[in-house]
Amino acid sequence: MALLEIKNLTKSFRGLTAVNNVSFEVDEGEIVSLIGPNGAGKTTIFNCINQFFPLTAGDIIFRGKSIKGMKTYKICQLGIGRTFQVVKPLKRMTVLDNVTASSFCRINSIQDARRKAIEVLEFCNLLSEKDKLARSLPIGGRKRLEIARALATEPKLLLLDETAAGLNPSELDEAIDLIRRIRETGVSILMVEHIMKVVMTISDRIHAINFGQTIAEGTPEEVANNKAVIEAYLGEKHA
Amino acid sequence: MQRKTIFWGILGLIALGFPLVVRSPYYQHLVIISLMWVVIGSSWNLLAGYTGQVSFGHAIFFGVGAYTAGLFPTHLGLSAWWGMLAGGIISMLVALFVGWVCFRLRGPYFALATLAGGEIVRLIAINWESLTEGMVGILIIQSFKSKLPYYYIVLILAVASILVIDLIMKSKWGYYFVSIREDQDAAESMGINTTLYKNVSLLVSAFFTGMAGAFYMNYMAFIDPEVVFSLHFISIMAILVGIVGGVATIWGPAVGAFIMVGLQETFRSSLFGLAPKWISQAHALAFGLLVIFVIMYLPNGIVGDWATIKRVFMRTRRSAG
Ligand SMILES: Nc1ncnc2c1ncn2[C@@H]1O[C@H](COP(=O)(O)OP(=O)(O)OP(=O)(O)O)[C@@H](O)[C@H]1O
Ligand SMILES: [Mg+2]
Repeated sequence: MALLEIKNLTKSFRGLTAVNNVSFEVDEGEIVSLIGPNGAGKTTIFNCINQFFPLTAGDIIFRGKSIKGMKTYKICQLGIGRTFQVVKPLKRMTVLDNVTASSFCRINSIQDARRKAIEVLEFCNLLSEKDKLARSLPIGGRKRLEIARALATEPKLLLLDETAAGLNPSELDEAIDLIRRIRETGVSILMVEHIMKVVMTISDRIHAINFGQTIAEGTPEEVANNKAVIEAYLGEKHA
Repeated sequence: MQRKTIFWGILGLIALGFPLVVRSPYYQHLVIISLMWVVIGSSWNLLAGYTGQVSFGHAIFFGVGAYTAGLFPTHLGLSAWWGMLAGGIISMLVALFVGWVCFRLRGPYFALATLAGGEIVRLIAINWESLTEGMVGILIIQSFKSKLPYYYIVLILAVASILVIDLIMKSKWGYYFVSIREDQDAAESMGINTTLYKNVSLLVSAFFTGMAGAFYMNYMAFIDPEVVFSLHFISIMAILVGIVGGVATIWGPAVGAFIMVGLQETFRSSLFGLAPKWISQAHALAFGLLVIFVIMYLPNGIVGDWATIKRVFMRTRRSAG
């Protein structure tokens, strides 16, 4: 049974159909990448999964149960963590407090929540920054803070929205390593990514969309050689 | 550590001994009112400073607390002191409704909704004469001639509200409140039921503000809607106390309360009779200027920017010497 099933997902914003009848699955232990040109509807799919806004049509099944219409915080509690493409650090809190706050998702005592946060920060190579205010972190740190905060809620499925965007080459390698290590802890990953180096090296499967519709799905090699995908990306470049 | 203990020890002694040393009822009165504002300012700060939900309608909870206390003698034939507990609880019930309506809105829209709510509640209090006596107001007989009992009661209330808020802010609730303030969408995606916790913050805030209102009824022995539901003298004053002292700090509102009450009194009495009478009309202007000054130079309030203040004073002392 798939961990997450997206079934005929459609999302319209007053006439603009941002996502149109998209279906795909993420299995337990998998890393699936969602790719597509700018404005294809990738972030919108994430926002539908964690119910930032209601679906226009279709259904989303997590661990066998529909999560359609649930509150966002409930979906996190069920085991779906997410990061934001436009990072949302809790700016006037320290890095440690950011992660402690989300540790409370599974833990009630403050000591345990803080211990958990420190563990997660160490895992994300952020421990040395723990006492800094979140707003003082550079973009690479902010991206890792997003991940740390999501991990502290102990998700079964992690949604990563362009975690690698804006990173320098060494940070990029670090990010790839981090995503791999997250998977090794048993967390499945659905990620949106533009940087092909990341997509091609760590994805088990890729789902490609354009204008809100599926154009291809398969292994990295299959998708890389897919005509529709090449056209979507080259077409965009040549436009 | 040692110095801290000494500091708190001295502060505690001053707080306990003040009315025994300073016998003037006038100064006792000013400190009693200041302590009442410590309670209201700290409560406002919990909701606005820590949780980021800026209320322009705290007079709702203050007035409801005051009227709850007033109704005990006028309608039930009981002591208005019963209102101390009941005032907090009834204020919480009202807050439940206020939250249900206003938390559908975010940011400035929430603030405007509470502003409107405050005015609506004031009009209700004016017009629901069978319950509130309308503009006539409620007059009761004071329980004590001396100010001492009032002083110690409000002191306990002020200390209790600060301790409770401090405890809350060091707990899971505190982390949740600040997360909501910093980014509501992020908080929600971290598994925080933002609607629930905004209401929790509002309820605690309303509880203490309602108790302060009930205390006011008992102490002043007279209330009317224009006083206890006043936008200017309660809702805005609560904001000033918070901003001047320092939002999102435990001690800011306490410091702000003494400064604002002192300032208000200075103007009301025309600089203690030294200045011409028209000065007393200028207090709104003075408050305005003070807020502009604080926002420009001490955006985190006197407590929040204490380090800056100290630095400025050290520099002037050094250059003077
Ligand atoms: N809240 C919204 N209201 C109206 N339109 C929206 C909203 N969110 C997204 N859209 C529109 O939906 C389309 C898809 O946007 P989306 O953010 O999902 O793209 P994306 O694939 O994540 O792009 P990018 O790679 O640039 O992040 C865009 O045309 C966008 O303008
Ligand atoms: Mg996007």
